[in-house]
Amino acid sequence: MIAAEWTKIRSVRSSLWTLPLTVVLSGALGYLLALSVRSGGGQAFEKDPLMIAFLPLTLGQLPLVVFGVLAMTSEYSTGTIRASLAAIPDRARFYASKVAATTLVAAVVGVVAVPVTFLAAQAGLGRSLAMDGVAQALVGACLYLPLMTAFALGVATMLRSSPLAMGILLPVLFLGSQGLGNIPKVREVTQFLPDQTAWVMLHLAGPQDEARWARDYGAWSGMGLLVLWVVAALLGGYAVLRQRDA
Amino acid sequence: MVAVEGLSFTVRPGVVTGFLGPNGAGKSTTMRMMLGLDRPTSGDVRIDGERYRDMRHPLRRVGALLEAKSVHGGRSGFNHLLWLAQTNGIARSRVRTVLEQVGIADVAGRRAKALSLGMGQRLGIAAALLGDPPVLLFDEPVNGLDPEGVVWARELFRGLAAEGRTVFVSSHLMTEMAMTADHLVVVARGRLLADTTVSEFVAESGTDSLEAAFLRLTAGGAR
Repeated sequence: MIAAEWTKIRSVRSSLWTLPLTVVLSGALGYLLALSVRSGGGQAFEKDPLMIAFLPLTLGQLPLVVFGVLAMTSEYSTGTIRASLAAIPDRARFYASKVAATTLVAAVVGVVAVPVTFLAAQAGLGRSLAMDGVAQALVGACLYLPLMTAFALGVATMLRSSPLAMGILLPVLFLGSQGLGNIPKVREVTQFLPDQTAWVMLHLAGPQDEARWARDYGAWSGMGLLVLWVVAALLGGYAVLRQRDA
Repeated sequence: MVAVEGLSFTVRPGVVTGFLGPNGAGKSTTMRMMLGLDRPTSGDVRIDGERYRDMRHPLRRVGALLEAKSVHGGRSGFNHLLWLAQTNGIARSRVRTVLEQVGIADVAGRRAKALSLGMGQRLGIAAALLGDPPVLLFDEPVNGLDPEGVVWARELFRGLAAEGRTVFVSSHLMTEMAMTADHLVVVARGRLLADTTVSEFVAESGTDSLEAAFLRLTAGGAR
């Protein structure tokens, strides 16, 4: 059944652009960002240069989030859901294969995008970024991308509509987290938003030894929070899928 | 909203059973309930004594063409059938076989939205035949078919029944039904009006055609 979901994924155009776009976008941004830092453009990155290699993923994740959303909402917008549930009437099994295939594909894309972005950043910077915490950050990033994809899939299953799901997810990932998150009082709350929870591990939350950047959780516990978000979203999606008529 | 109420009937193998009723009579809802897509408030549908949702490989037991579109327009007909086959452990070679059986093998690589209405309908029929099931449900199957396609579909359904399969075909087209079905289940406003053979149905109404018999019966139901 995972094979069937894989056939669905590879046989539509949206996958053919969202998946490579993740790699291209974050890789290109990593290189450009590193170039500008090299020519003296980013004092902010001096304290923690690893940020250069991982910040681009916050943009690169967006096509993956779209991919995660479309994996479910396209079932409804095209009517494929009727064929899917006629073929697999056990909705838990249908949902599990959908989640597994989508997350697995996102994981493979992540395993490509993360090192590509890292190497692009090094190339642009002209020096190695091998330093303390780099291995942990690389592993974290490879977990982060599929987890965000699964989160998007869960939210989309609850909402069953692409505009609605994108309308909620994209502002959260852009405004809530990155824009408003720069205001200290707001950050006390936004630090718990799903994408933010992984930022300590990805060296995007600012130097954690400085009080003004320090989060209320560490690298791995932050990743644990993200897992909780994903589990909650997927369970919410299942509750909706199980109850509603197709 | 109540679409179907107190509806109970049995469909038998070896003959084509027509499911007749005006638009909005609850035909599609009934067929969706058969597949577990909609849930009845009470009662259930059993196919060979088993609920559809309890079947491990339902496509090998029951093939269905639903009225509403259920194909991704961006996916080719071949890939649509391929993923369906993969969900039910159906051999990949069956995809080619059913595409040829319904006469769209040459356009199987085209994206579904590029298919004509009639070819899209044939793709839906191919999906129903994919698992070589003993039970087949077709909801308004001749919609969008050209005259040649209508004759082809009629021959196909009668042939499938002659092989001993259970064939259940819904339609609101009387003349088509009179030529295709042996047995009739007639509904209107979600209620059962008749469950009989085509010839008895016409004879009992005291009219000379299925159309006249149907109109008389549904007019009676409306009062």
